[in-house]
Amino acid sequence: MRVQNNTLYLEGDFLKNDIPRLESAIFAQIKGKQIKTIDLGGISRIDSAGVALLDELHQKLAATIGILFFKSASLEVQAVIDTFTTLSLKDFGSKRRVGFYETLGEMLLSGIQQFWQTLILASEIFYYSLVGLVNRRKQRKGSLTQQMLLLGFDALPIVGLLSFIIGFIIALQSAALLRDFGANVFIADLMSVSIVRELSPLITAIIVAGRSGSAIASEIATMQVTEELDALKMMALNPIRYVVVPKFHAITIVMPILIVFSILIGMIGGGIIAMGYLKLSIEVFYARSINILSVKDLLISFGKSIWFAWVIVIIGSHFGFQVKGGAEGVGKATTQAVVSSIFAVIIFDAIFSLLYL
Amino acid sequence: MKQEPIIEITDMVAKYGERTVLDGISVNIYPGEITVILGGSGCGKTTLLKNMLRLYEPHSGSVKFCGTEILSMGEREFDEVLKQVGMLFQNGALLNSISVYDNVSIPLEQHTRLSRAIRDRIIRVKLHLVGLSEAIYKFPSELSGGMKKRAALARAMALDPMILFCDEPSAGLDPITSEALDELILSLKRQLGMTIVIVTHELASIHRIADKIIFLDDGKMLFNGTLAEAEKAAIPQIDHFFAVGRF
Repeated sequence: MRVQNNTLYLEGDFLKNDIPRLESAIFAQIKGKQIKTIDLGGISRIDSAGVALLDELHQKLAATIGILFFKSASLEVQAVIDTFTTLSLKDFGSKRRVGFYETLGEMLLSGIQQFWQTLILASEIFYYSLVGLVNRRKQRKGSLTQQMLLLGFDALPIVGLLSFIIGFIIALQSAALLRDFGANVFIADLMSVSIVRELSPLITAIIVAGRSGSAIASEIATMQVTEELDALKMMALNPIRYVVVPKFHAITIVMPILIVFSILIGMIGGGIIAMGYLKLSIEVFYARSINILSVKDLLISFGKSIWFAWVIVIIGSHFGFQVKGGAEGVGKATTQAVVSSIFAVIIFDAIFSLLYL
Repeated sequence: MKQEPIIEITDMVAKYGERTVLDGISVNIYPGEITVILGGSGCGKTTLLKNMLRLYEPHSGSVKFCGTEILSMGEREFDEVLKQVGMLFQNGALLNSISVYDNVSIPLEQHTRLSRAIRDRIIRVKLHLVGLSEAIYKFPSELSGGMKKRAALARAMALDPMILFCDEPSAGLDPITSEALDELILSLKRQLGMTIVIVTHELASIHRIADKIIFLDDGKMLFNGTLAEAEKAAIPQIDHFFAVGRF
């Protein structure tokens, strides 16, 4: 490579592995020189990276001197240049940068839109669920039982295990403090109120949101991307009625059962500490646990559990129906469904706690 | 003087479990030629393509790339071979989580030390060549099937590979897009001397671009030669293929 009489003479191979070296060498060579012509006669081989370098060179030099000429390219080299040159390409601009406030505004609008769509979906689910109670046509036979097994029975082991561990830990943490004050007997009251009113509904809802909410979202999202939902529509079947309503009915039935199961196992976990560590008799533990509870406590617990169940199905279905794209979209919808369901469950739990203190 | 083959396959046997899918295939692919692999559905075309590239491990046989055996190569050595190879998969196989621009950028970013400005020009021109200049920042989920395929072709061409493999490039495309794609493949051959291996069913496409055809039937190679030779060979399966137009 050399510069002579305002002409840059290029030589050798202009292939992708040579370009990083050539790029810095050429720009160093022409620095401060007036180049009007580039002679390509010495180029033996060139590829798209080589052409990109020539285009880059052309753009930079032409910007300073006005017009730049390429000359003497062999036929083969010229053919490659003609194929890969970017000089004649229409400029479609660079990727538009989105500012902070625009992002914030978009998020807000998207949030409002999502909320509105969820409300519409919820109304449809409630409507078809009521219709489905009296008219079970347009739902798959056996789907209610299948969903009850899937959403309820299959969740028993994990709900039981976590409820036991949480009951055990809460009792253990409280026991030492209660013993210092000689208030051993109150462990039963504490366990009963906290597990029945708060922990069992919340923990069970979080487990169901993670387990069943994700399953609902991914099932519907997969059906959406594989056009199964469109196929149902074309068979004059409403996807909400056919796919969502059996899940809605099933979870409404199994959630209170899961809560009762969780309460029993949680109390057993606490009872082990009460009897083993605080030396309470089983009769005292049982009697105090029952006496401290009112009907209102149980109603709140079951009411919450059913509400949480509905929230999980509605949010899971919403993200399932909203999915765009392929496998990537299904994954995103599932994650969003789980995160949103857990968030919504905790928010509604806080509202319940404030309303029914 | 006879040219050395760029790919030399000898006695390739491929199996799925106990089922033999390719039975003793021996074929040479020469530089600068467009070789079309033909045959009915399930005859082993895609399997042959994937076994050549070690995407599946053949049961036995040998595959040489520029005279070097690739089946026994170490991973690093084989990576160097792969850098000289482009592959267009049947459904495009674009990464869905990134834009078309970023998909084409992957091989350039990972396998070259080119500056950002040069990479940007290469990406833009490759997408322009496949007619996707206006979809450059779109995500694969926003593209039609044909656009996905063209974007995938741009990605396969990103490094100006020595050899380009295309698995059913025209499938699912309208005749005009299909013809444009064939023209692009022909220009890659003419202007860059690229070697191209294509699996296809499209008769129109075969007539437009094929230098050589390899005809497979039930895992066996029935014919290897030019299209004109194939039409004169009086092999019933091939005659039937060309008569019906599509298996």
